Amino acid sequence: MSDPVLSVRDLVVEFSSREGVLTAVNGVSFDVAAGEVLGLVGESGSGKSVTGLAVLGLIDPPGRIASGSIRLKGEELTCKSEPELRRLRGRDIAMIFQDPMTTLNPVLRVDTQMIEAIRAHEKVSERAARDRAREALARVGIPSPEERLVSYPHQFSGGMRQRVAIAIALLHRPAVLVADEPTTALDVTIQAQILSEVQQLAAESGTALVWITHDLSVVAGLADRVAVMYAGRIVEEGRVADVLERPAHPYTNGLIGSVPSRNRRGEPLAQIPGMTPSLANLPTGCAFAPRCPRADAACTTPPGVTRAGDARAFRCFHPLIPVEAAA
Amino acid sequence: MTAAPILALDGVSKRFVRKLDAAEKIANLFGARRREQVVHAVDGVDLAIAPGEVVGLVGESGCGKSTLGRIVAGILEPSAGTVSYEGQDVAKLTGAARRKVDLAVQMVFQDPMASLNPRLRVIDIIGEAPVVHGLVSRAEVEDYVCDVMTRVGLDPATRRRYPHQFSGGQRARIGIARALAVRPRVLVCDESTAALDVSIQAQVLNLFMKLREELALTYLFVSHDLGVVEHIADRVAVMYLGRIVELAPAEELFRAPNHPYTRALLEEVPRLEPKKKTFSALKGELPSPLSPPSGCHFHPRCPHAFGRCRAERPALKAVGPGRVSACHLNDRAA
Ligand SMILES: Nc1ncnc2c1ncn2[C@@H]1O[C@H](COP(=O)(O)OP(=O)(O)OP(=O)(O)O)[C@@H](O)[C@H]1O
Ligand SMILES: Nc1ncnc2c1ncn2[C@@H]1O[C@H](COP(=O)(O)OP(=O)(O)O)[C@@H](O)[C@H]1O
Ligand code: SF4
Ligand code: SF4
Ligand SMILES: [Mg+2]
Ligand SMILES: [Mg+2]
Repeated sequence: MSDPVLSVRDLVVEFSSREGVLTAVNGVSFDVAAGEVLGLVGESGSGKSVTGLAVLGLIDPPGRIASGSIRLKGEELTCKSEPELRRLRGRDIAMIFQDPMTTLNPVLRVDTQMIEAIRAHEKVSERAARDRAREALARVGIPSPEERLVSYPHQFSGGMRQRVAIAIALLHRPAVLVADEPTTALDVTIQAQILSEVQQLAAESGTALVWITHDLSVVAGLADRVAVMYAGRIVEEGRVADVLERPAHPYTNGLIGSVPSRNRRGEPLAQIPGMTPSLANLPTGCAFAPRCPRADAACTTPPGVTRAGDARAFRCFHPLIPVEAAA
Repeated sequence: MTAAPILALDGVSKRFVRKLDAAEKIANLFGARRREQVVHAVDGVDLAIAPGEVVGLVGESGCGKSTLGRIVAGILEPSAGTVSYEGQDVAKLTGAARRKVDLAVQMVFQDPMASLNPRLRVIDIIGEAPVVHGLVSRAEVEDYVCDVMTRVGLDPATRRRYPHQFSGGQRARIGIARALAVRPRVLVCDESTAALDVSIQAQVLNLFMKLREELALTYLFVSHDLGVVEHIADRVAVMYLGRIVELAPAEELFRAPNHPYTRALLEEVPRLEPKKKTFSALKGELPSPLSPPSGCHFHPRCPHAFGRCRAERPALKAVGPGRVSACHLNDRAA
């Protein structure tokens, strides 16, 4: 792989709460290269959003980045001050959220917001900024962009609002875009349009994309590589085709089996017994052990990272793929 | 379909009137001409469901799925058309006969938290209706609730807890148990698994299938998730702006969709196949139901639209055994 644009190493994010300190992200490492799409998959509470927010420097108290490193084009972000981070955000690194109103201001017209976003990082005339804004709206598939510029966010449908948020995120062709479930609340038809637009835009501008989702099928069609999270850890990572066709980790395998698919119409779905653990009382060993069909005595200690080949890694004592063969 | 339907909709429509808000009324005093707007949420739907069948209802947000589901469940009255249960027009039933139908068709909602009273213990949530309707006596209700909880995979030992003390998947089961407690024959499930994680969704879908076997239940399964519907349904109805545009056995619909809208919709479904695909065959969004397009509602987005499509509403016509589709193209082929 070419030099990663974004490189996260051993990231630990903690929240202090009444129950004590909760480790929401526990030693997460990944790289993303220019133009590459990394899918970050997991069920709710697994730490996907916290990972994404940490990359943008958006963890607020009672949360904090307890340790680890986040490098953007080689530059360490974890020691940067808030004003320094603000200069990077929107220009070099951007984020879109499940609810586009997280980024949009409901009381300002779309043109006001977009022109402001452009002029925050570039010295251009208002007129030039306005032209750029119009082009950006057109590029994300918004019809009659000139009319849309003078609208307020509430005058748009959910899908259109998400498009505006994406247009704003991509205004400065950031090196990295973190997308946190931006299509989860949308219809498949609108989701498909947005996925295709983002895919194209990221490829054109060489933006490295971290696509957070709970939906493995979205990752299947969009991402180059996938990282599967469980209870604050990446439990498996690899090329999408490898992971989906030959999952190594029992949790990945269970997730794949849970997705209704046309080959097994009407048959019972493979179900993972039990439920996702609460961070307040995680098992001491492998966090998946209470739900895992392969668990044994070895699993009462936390499994380390096993690498199999150059692009494959997982945390499991009893993987579903032979390790020697892959190495 | 051979068996007499357990439920039949005949020309069912639902119109909602959006009343003017205060600002609009004031504007009218100053000469503006704001009028009440009418939403045609459901527009002339015919649908017959056989006993024991699972019918899936799919379509984009706002197309009228929930409205139709609530009409079937008797929560909403249709503005026009009839709903029949075992051949009897439900609107004409009164007293005990009406109550029997009301109990026989139960609804399971999407967001179990919003539909469960947070101040009631699970035992009361599940046990209230069967006692009120005289299905069990007060003395028997505790045992009865324990049975129902066991059936849906809840530990009866938790019956004195409140809803917030359960996980999302368990709350979904409480919602299902509440519906089952009045011994219904038909369940209308509206996005009943949409709020759940995939691994929990799989548990709940398996539960629905198990209950179907054990209790010979009939389902109307409303979902925007085509993968879920493909998995669970025997027949699938596809809705677009208040109308059913295609209805077919699930296997055939997914293998060979007839209606251009169904085809476009199926193309957009993300699949668990690791292939970078290029998304997007269908342009644009669902038009506003306040001013639906003329003729075939789908014509502004349809790649095959021709003159007749703008002028004339296509009727649902047979396109194969047990299959109907509403598209003018089918007349051309014939
Ligand atoms: N009580 C109401 N008053 C006015 N309009 C309504 C009412 N209920 C529904 N509508 C309108 O009727 C149409 C159909 O709504 P419905 O809730 O049935 O859609 P749906 O297919 O279930 O959508 P979703 O997938 O988002 O749940 C929409 O345009 C909606 O705004
Ligand atoms: N602001 C916060 N305060 C305390 N705990 C938090 C906060 N944000 C997230 N968490 C906890 O961190 C864990 C991971 O959350 P999150 O990253 O949002 O999960 P998801 O994978 O669903 O995006 C969860 O247990 C969540 O409750
Ligand atoms: S380490 Fe053990 S418990 Fe954890 S996933 Fe692997 S086999 Fe299962
Ligand atoms: S009737 Fe015309 S517009 Fe409607 S789906 Fe058929 S071809 Fe398309
Ligand atoms: Mg999240
Ligand atoms: Mg609905």
